[in-house]
Amino acid sequence: MATSEASPSGRWISAESARGWGARFLKRGGILIPFLALFLTLSLVSEPFATKGNMLNILDQQSATLIIAAAGTLVLVAGGIDLSVGAVYGFAAVTAANLGLSHSAGFSFAVAIGAGLLIGFVNGLVVTVLRINSLIATLAMSFIITGCSGLMTGGNLLILFDKPAFADLARTHFLGVKTSIWVMVAAVVVLALLLSATTVGRYMYASGGNAVAARLAGVRVDWIRILTFTISGAAAGLAGVIDTSNVLTAQAGNYETLTFTVLAGIVVGGTSILGGEGAVWQTVVGVLFIALIGNGYLLLALDPLYEQITLGVLLLAAVGLDALARGLLRPGAAIKQLLRRRPRAP
Amino acid sequence: MAVGEPEAPYLELLDVSKHFGGVQALDNVSLEVRRGSVHAIVGENGAGKSTLGKIVAGALIPDAGRVLLEQEPVAFGSPREALEHRVAAIAQEPNVVPQLSVAENVLLGMEPVRAGFIRSRRLKRRYAELARTAGFDLRGDITADRLGTAEQQKVEILRALSRDAQLIVMDEPTASLDARETSQLHDIVRALAASGTTIIFISHFLKEVLGLADTVTVLRDGRLVKTAPTSSESEPSLIEAMLGQPLTSTFPPKSPPPADAPVVLSVRDLHGPGVSGASFELRAGEILGLAGLVGAGRTELARTIFGAEPVEAGDAVLATGRPLGLNPRRSLDDGVALIPESRKDEGLIFGRSTIENSTLPRLGRLSVLGIVRRRAERKAAREVLERCDVRGASFGAPVETLSGGNQQKVLFARMLLCEPGIVIADEPTRGVDIGAKRSIYDFLVELASQGVGIVIICSELEEAIGLAHRVLVMRRGRIVDELEGDEITESRILAAAFADQSAETPAA
Repeated sequence: MATSEASPSGRWISAESARGWGARFLKRGGILIPFLALFLTLSLVSEPFATKGNMLNILDQQSATLIIAAAGTLVLVAGGIDLSVGAVYGFAAVTAANLGLSHSAGFSFAVAIGAGLLIGFVNGLVVTVLRINSLIATLAMSFIITGCSGLMTGGNLLILFDKPAFADLARTHFLGVKTSIWVMVAAVVVLALLLSATTVGRYMYASGGNAVAARLAGVRVDWIRILTFTISGAAAGLAGVIDTSNVLTAQAGNYETLTFTVLAGIVVGGTSILGGEGAVWQTVVGVLFIALIGNGYLLLALDPLYEQITLGVLLLAAVGLDALARGLLRPGAAIKQLLRRRPRAP
Repeated sequence: MAVGEPEAPYLELLDVSKHFGGVQALDNVSLEVRRGSVHAIVGENGAGKSTLGKIVAGALIPDAGRVLLEQEPVAFGSPREALEHRVAAIAQEPNVVPQLSVAENVLLGMEPVRAGFIRSRRLKRRYAELARTAGFDLRGDITADRLGTAEQQKVEILRALSRDAQLIVMDEPTASLDARETSQLHDIVRALAASGTTIIFISHFLKEVLGLADTVTVLRDGRLVKTAPTSSESEPSLIEAMLGQPLTSTFPPKSPPPADAPVVLSVRDLHGPGVSGASFELRAGEILGLAGLVGAGRTELARTIFGAEPVEAGDAVLATGRPLGLNPRRSLDDGVALIPESRKDEGLIFGRSTIENSTLPRLGRLSVLGIVRRRAERKAAREVLERCDVRGASFGAPVETLSGGNQQKVLFARMLLCEPGIVIADEPTRGVDIGAKRSIYDFLVELASQGVGIVIICSELEEAIGLAHRVLVMRRGRIVDELEGDEITESRILAAAFADQSAETPAA
């Protein structure tokens, strides 16, 4: 999509795409380098870090985030953004728990995931049919959904400790690994393949890269966008169900921290907030990278306040790198211009 | 212009070179530009014209060589630095802030201020002064989003003048202007030169260059072929220099379809945004030209038929009886392909590879159960890309790494892959150099000879005359004339396009 640029010759510069493959690599695979560096450092400085227990623990804790972030990657690639995932996550959790008090676990889970899917579909409709910017549309939806969750629970914590069947989904062990991890791996792999190997995935890239051109080339851009929001809603629903099954409690809430951790993971992984670029595997690395930082602070007993600061710096670096690779940013020239005086009027 | 004394050049380039990746965009180019002259730069796409312009205007930094301004070596790091040396650039697509007024746009960044507040009365006065000096009749108080491209260019020119620019680089300023706007711009350029401003004029249009410039420089593959006074040059001599060989004819011979060729598309009383009551038929093998001024409704008609704009009344029907104009997907499935007007905004998806761009509308055919068969895709893409003679380092690289002409060819390759029965081409040769133009014409003629019906929106009159079997002239959303065979002449088309509007019932 054409963005207007302020500098008189901005379009000239950005049209020039002679940025080398170096920048492109930094953008696509760049996250791997800091991830591996951090992984190695933590392995060296912390005895308990590189243990199977710690690794599985991280994956287990991150399964909800990873599922939502993988789906959110599709939304971003197709040119949207979904800020309602935290609210949908909470809604699915309380729906499942509420139904679980009187119905079977399987039924409760299915309805909860279905509710997430439906909310996602509505998000998609609002964004495409009403042409409301997805940032605002999903933010508004998140308030509505959070309110509904609160109404459903009356503000109470729902407890399912007496329903052991509820724990089966996430807490069963298979080949020595919890099913929450298996479900997450399955969801992430399916979403990764959907984006990278299918026609629908290709259409997502096209819709986010240039919606007008995609439409003229026969891509049903609106349907593709609706699909990405639907997938995102379903994924948030699944994540909510998994976590409910894991902890056997559920509480209404907006879960905005989850929403922003998901977004941070996607962007740190290198998926562009401008649409048209990104990949699920990058998001996985991005989310795990952020998780490793948290894990490292914990294991090394560092002040967790610094963790927030680190995360903020990382985000800025990721977005800056994106702009650099797109040729929108020329730091040298920008700094030089900042330091110059205003030209005098003749 | 005074030619007598060997006056020192205003601008001098000495052995300037610039490369992008492995491509040598400029190779040891040396050039002298006299003060107050109009100096044209011509060459094929990718010859290095724009690169040269950008180096002069500070948008690019040369790898080697020197730029001298009034005998002083200069090295502009940014357009802003160039501006401080009174060198300004006007891009093909003007940059204006749509929400601001014309006057505010012109004086953007140098508004008269007191204590941080803009002194708007003073701003208006300064604008009025500027517009009068330049001889422009352009109101300062309307917002810039109401301006056409030509007027936006005037804003840019005024902006350059307001900074007291002595050298203005214009990169294909007339590419998106109609005939009347073009002649206005030419007058402005002449007036600027007469008042001592030096103009570097980059253009594809040789007639324009010959009529306007004092000196012309021809580039080919980044090298300087020659610099000569335009008085000693002609169109054929410039073409020969640009191509390195003489061009026999601009257009391939016409071969209209037989009179009994089947009708492939009938449009009946079609109404849509900017189109009112268009009716015509298209035959198999026919090349139908749509002529008219910019804004006459040609693009809108094409888009409405293709289904990119909603049909308000009437219909467009295929030979099979299927209605068109529903949505682009349906049209493509029914064998109708559109080559849109702007390859960057409406055609290609920058950031994605050339292969992906060419297979996008036919991805369904290249996949099994929704999964793309990469090898089949690559093979199909390579085949059509090679048939369209697309040249680039790698088809797997992002499509924007190709030159402009090659990007246009990618759209043709994509269209071929759709195996269309009807092709609607909206100014397919805009911003394309002469050599590539001829190959696009050949290509369209070949398609027509295979029975494809072609609707072409012509950017230039010669194109309608040289290529189309039949021409429809549009004005204000209506088809006002239909010309066939010998009737297709410049004067007939212009007469219909500009016809006396008072003779019609007033619209208001």
